[in-house]
Amino acid sequence: MGQYQWNWAVIFEEVYGTGEYYYQWLITGLGWTVATALCAWVLALALGSLIGTLRTVPNKWLSGLATAYVELFRNIPLIVQLFLWFFVLPELLPKAAGNWMKQDMPMPEFITAAIGLGLFTSARVAEQVRTGIMTLSTGQKNAGLAMGFTLPQTYRYVLLPMAFRIIIPPLTSEFMNVFKNSAVALAIGLTELTFQMRQITGEYAPANPIEVMTIVSVIYLILAFSVNRLMALIERRTQVPGYISGGGK
Amino acid sequence: MNFDFAAVANSADFLWQGFQYSLSLTAFATCFGILFGTLLAMARLSSIKPLNMLASTYVNLFRSVPLLLVIFWFYILVPLISGVQVGAEKSAYITFAIFEAAYFCEIIRAGIQSIPKGQVAAGYAMGFTYGQNMRFVILPQAFRNVVPLLLTQTIILFQDTSLVYVVGATDLLGAASKVASRDYIPVEMYVSVAVIYFIVSFTLSRLVKRLHAKIAVIR
Repeated sequence: MGQYQWNWAVIFEEVYGTGEYYYQWLITGLGWTVATALCAWVLALALGSLIGTLRTVPNKWLSGLATAYVELFRNIPLIVQLFLWFFVLPELLPKAAGNWMKQDMPMPEFITAAIGLGLFTSARVAEQVRTGIMTLSTGQKNAGLAMGFTLPQTYRYVLLPMAFRIIIPPLTSEFMNVFKNSAVALAIGLTELTFQMRQITGEYAPANPIEVMTIVSVIYLILAFSVNRLMALIERRTQVPGYISGGGK
Repeated sequence: MNFDFAAVANSADFLWQGFQYSLSLTAFATCFGILFGTLLAMARLSSIKPLNMLASTYVNLFRSVPLLLVIFWFYILVPLISGVQVGAEKSAYITFAIFEAAYFCEIIRAGIQSIPKGQVAAGYAMGFTYGQNMRFVILPQAFRNVVPLLLTQTIILFQDTSLVYVVGATDLLGAASKVASRDYIPVEMYVSVAVIYFIVSFTLSRLVKRLHAKIAVIR
């Protein structure tokens, strides 16, 4: 450790023999990280809300199906899930579709990562949505039905608007998790931030891994902090006067 | 399409080795994580400002960055500092223990905070010192309250150990991927591994649920 040559300017150096600079690699990586995380989050929110809602409906078949979905996606590690989508699915599909996935699908790593991460996260969002709906007193649902709302209307106008407000704090951590989990996509070759870091500190080793890793870590910290602030803003904006949102202070 | 699941059975020994490594990594990280996490939680709740801030920074830092990033950090840093090539398997033990401590800390902190203030005051009134109070009054109750959460975190930890694959360690996934590329049977291998992870995690989470119901009844 004594001979470690500190050089914080390392990221402004040129990658030997490529005409590119290390910082450009990091920016590309950040771009993919953000794009993957945001796409996955949109998918997770949409699907998670649907599945979470279905888990609370009276129909046994629907709620059972939704429970199975959640258990399936929660009990297999994310990296294994990505492998299944990336390496296994094309082999199981009919030949033409499998070949298309392997050869002609545009941006295969990105699409697989966004969808895989989205499905993985949707199961966790579903759990939060279900918890949010269950916290509401049954009187709310009954009141909605007594007003002449149908069950879907009761969900749409009475239960879900309150449930989503309640679960903003746990959703915040899920949103932060999406950014963190997007790093796993490096295993299927997505050139996101951690992938680029490994690339720089490994194969192209400028012998300054600590600086590069520190910079990447700081970028992740900034991402986490931004998500946290954004969600706090949403929580304040959507507050219902007279209600304590999310059991906060 | 014909799949050869017999080939998976042929490499069962190698997979079993990987699985044992996954389990031992999980067990070590859980024990150390809970131990260190408890100390961190006590520090976070301490009235000594610097101690408090140090613990909060530690916890917030590790909770804001991806585990994968931390795995790379230690994979590169441990040999750099110690000057010894310890290898991916051993550095993962350190990584997971240190990383998971931050998560266990938050669970245990919630447990300690769930103990009514009167209990703490009663302990002191009995003449207990801080250490005695923690040891005999607060921690036993706090742990009891959060046992299901600690176990759930352990299940998540077990799934997360699959990430050591990326530094080339031979855990369950690492073993599977090595066989998959050697015998060219990715479909069979990855499906089998997914099934194993699912069975272990699902069974354990069912058990935790039952334990939770049992504890809730006693209380």
